[in-house]
Amino acid sequence: MTAQRGRFGRLRQLLLSDYFVLYLTIVMYVSAAIILPRLGRPNTLALPGNIANQFTNIWPLLAVAIGQTFVLIIGGIDLSVGATMGITSVVGGLFMAQTLDAATFDKSPLWGSLISEQGGILLTRFGSNEDAVLIGILVMLLIGLLIGFLNGVAITRFRMAPFMVTLVTLTFFSSFALWLTASRNVSGLPEDFVRLGNGDIVSVFLGPKLESQIARREILPFITYPAVISLGLAFVGQFILSRTVFGRQMMSIGTNPKTSQISGLPSARVVIMVYMFSGFCAAVASILYSARIGFGQPSLGGGNILLDIIGAAVIGGTSLFGGKGSVRGTVLGVAFFVFLANVLNAMQLSPFIIDAVKGGVILIAAFLDVTRTRLLTQEQR
Amino acid sequence: MPVLETHDLKKAFFGIPAVRGVSITAEAGQILGLIGQNGAGKSTLMNMLGGVVQADSGEMHLNGKRYTPQSPADAHKSQVAFIHQELNLFTNMTIAENIFIDDFPSFGFGPFKFVDWRIVREKTRTVLNEVGLNIAPDTTVDRISPGERQLVEIARALYMNASLIIFDEPTTSLTARETDNLFALMQRLRESGKAIIYISHILRDVQTLSDSIAVMRDGQLVTQEPVESFNIQRMISLMVGRNIDNLFPARTTTPTETPLLTLEGISAAGIVENVSFTLHKNEVLGVFGLMGSGRTELARILFGLDSFERGTITVDGKQLHHASPKESIRHHIAFVTENRREEGLLMNINISDNIALASLNDFGSIPLQAIDQERLETASQHMAGVLQLRSGDIRTQTVKALSGGNQQKVVIAKWLLSNPKVFIMDEPTRGIDVGAKFEIYSIIDQLAASGSGVLFISSELEELVGMCDRIVVMSRGEIFGEFLRGDFTEEAILHAAFHQERVEVPDEKPA
Repeated sequence: MTAQRGRFGRLRQLLLSDYFVLYLTIVMYVSAAIILPRLGRPNTLALPGNIANQFTNIWPLLAVAIGQTFVLIIGGIDLSVGATMGITSVVGGLFMAQTLDAATFDKSPLWGSLISEQGGILLTRFGSNEDAVLIGILVMLLIGLLIGFLNGVAITRFRMAPFMVTLVTLTFFSSFALWLTASRNVSGLPEDFVRLGNGDIVSVFLGPKLESQIARREILPFITYPAVISLGLAFVGQFILSRTVFGRQMMSIGTNPKTSQISGLPSARVVIMVYMFSGFCAAVASILYSARIGFGQPSLGGGNILLDIIGAAVIGGTSLFGGKGSVRGTVLGVAFFVFLANVLNAMQLSPFIIDAVKGGVILIAAFLDVTRTRLLTQEQR
Repeated sequence: MPVLETHDLKKAFFGIPAVRGVSITAEAGQILGLIGQNGAGKSTLMNMLGGVVQADSGEMHLNGKRYTPQSPADAHKSQVAFIHQELNLFTNMTIAENIFIDDFPSFGFGPFKFVDWRIVREKTRTVLNEVGLNIAPDTTVDRISPGERQLVEIARALYMNASLIIFDEPTTSLTARETDNLFALMQRLRESGKAIIYISHILRDVQTLSDSIAVMRDGQLVTQEPVESFNIQRMISLMVGRNIDNLFPARTTTPTETPLLTLEGISAAGIVENVSFTLHKNEVLGVFGLMGSGRTELARILFGLDSFERGTITVDGKQLHHASPKESIRHHIAFVTENRREEGLLMNINISDNIALASLNDFGSIPLQAIDQERLETASQHMAGVLQLRSGDIRTQTVKALSGGNQQKVVIAKWLLSNPKVFIMDEPTRGIDVGAKFEIYSIIDQLAASGSGVLFISSELEELVGMCDRIVVMSRGEIFGEFLRGDFTEEAILHAAFHQERVEVPDEKPA
């Protein structure tokens, strides 16, 4: 036993380190950046532009993953975040749109009553577009909170399984978003809103622009609005989790709901608020994504994004069994996932293989979680 | 020739010896009682017999042959059977399936092997008859009572024709009558020539049942002697390693007339019926009842975990409405549950956070409800000191690493921080060794002395008689008798507890 400890001591320390995922990300990225050019692949990884680009991919994903981390910590799961992103994106777009094309939207059930050629709901019904961005954002956040509230109430008051409840809200709201828009994207969003997704506060010149169909500035964004918003959310999340009574209650409920109930913790309230927070985070992610692509998209949270969200949280050390996890871990987990996708893309693999690899990585992460727990238990003896 | 002989068995975990050279013998047609405090090494010894762990050194002989089980399957093949404290049955499967689980009689060959259900049912019926269980082999296990499940386990042991059967705390979840049946069955097994090892904390049962008794302490065998040379007092002092003159501390106060908790006509259909009593300041009020008498259910209702239909609960002059644990805690009620691992503690969390759990809000500072960690740890440390908790650093050590007695102290410390007046304690000494029990009793006395009232719920009559000022007896959800200290006679109390059973024919099988 002691010999084993000596030989594997370093490995153990590394595995148990909070920054294990960070080391893993750096090693993976750097080695790919060195190896790939030798294999005759185009060398995009080492370009500063690429790295800056990856960061813009991190922020919206981070926002929604923070909410998921909270839900996983209380021992739940929120499958509905993708649908929340879709419906908020669409409804936000329908509120804010400056103009709407009759040819595209006359199939929508709202056409003529709430939306028209004059524009979105605000213009059609209230004839004014003042504060459109503010109202749009508030509406989006409110919808996120509302969906979270529905999830939370169904889980606590009616004692339904979180998996089932959120699977139903996922199906319902993603279909609802498609129905509302007759599965069209809502374009014509206000300039100010779009700037929220692309605008930067501080920019630096990092290198020559990438070859790309989309026009890029030569100056690369350094501190962007999405970065500020998501990191702000992360700081708030970490503070709640590690420093407040609420965070302590979350951890207790995730560790042992029975003990928590008997110790007088307001379990139902905590669970509902956590699902509302998750809905809120999904709405924030939706705002960032919608602003970045410049329109409201019903399929925004579709595809495999759920895998990315839950995978990022799990790789960051959040346990699917509840009672364990941190926002810091999730930040690193999201970064790992985004850079992993980048490396796989640079290898010019097919999207199917990329998803398969991602799935495999999550499986390994789940295994690592078990291994770490075992190592920690051994240490306590 | 003895059925089982162990010679100088040793086992250490991570360098810490758990069993240090134990030699015992179990004879055919005899019951060997094995006693010792928790941590004395009984479980490790039994795990070596069962092939769960392998001995570091020493030898075992079974029926004269060298016995070296490498896995539970080996033990099974060698006809060593275990009847565990926590039953090891698949509750979703039938009795027959459970008995034949690892060896279905079959016909056919290759991939076309079919279970021969006719033989399975027939043989199951035969062994069920032998243990006196008259239930269809196709009944699923979740539909039968804990006592009947135990009989199924024994039937399985009979089916495999075990020569050695080990009973590990078999009566923990049985009713008194099921216990009697079990003991009768064990006697029959003895007469049929089986060797039996019987492990129990209930010393009186060990004394009545065993032919010889082995006492373990600190991983060593203290002695193995015929049962005649033991009395309860001697067993305890051998287990503890010193003489314990008193099992219970002297009570320091007497109850006052001030009511703290009053129950009037509490009823919940099928659970409790018209329960009324009053707990006074400085009083330790015992609630005695057999398994299924409704004692735990009453505690859960009192604490607001379950609902009731009629009646009122009054705490310190205020009637309780909107029952919930939170509301109960606000009214200064504390609840030490019978199941501390699942309902009392966060096993993988540190001691300090466990102690603070019920009063988290007191450690939040305005406006952000940020935890004042320093104040929290100081308060937890203080409580740990008050209760003489034996642990490492309370900020880092997890509750899981504590002994049963110290875990229970953490639960009590948690409640003390919430400043309770009424303590509901459900089986507070369950699974705790003799020395630690005394400490828990002392804490109960101190709680009463400091002005609280303690509702002491237990199925061990001895400890209620030793500690309580008054005992009420529950049976089938009703109160059947009340006894004052001084009038305690075990016969009268038991009589009340069995009250209902003598009136009507009991039917314990679920429909």
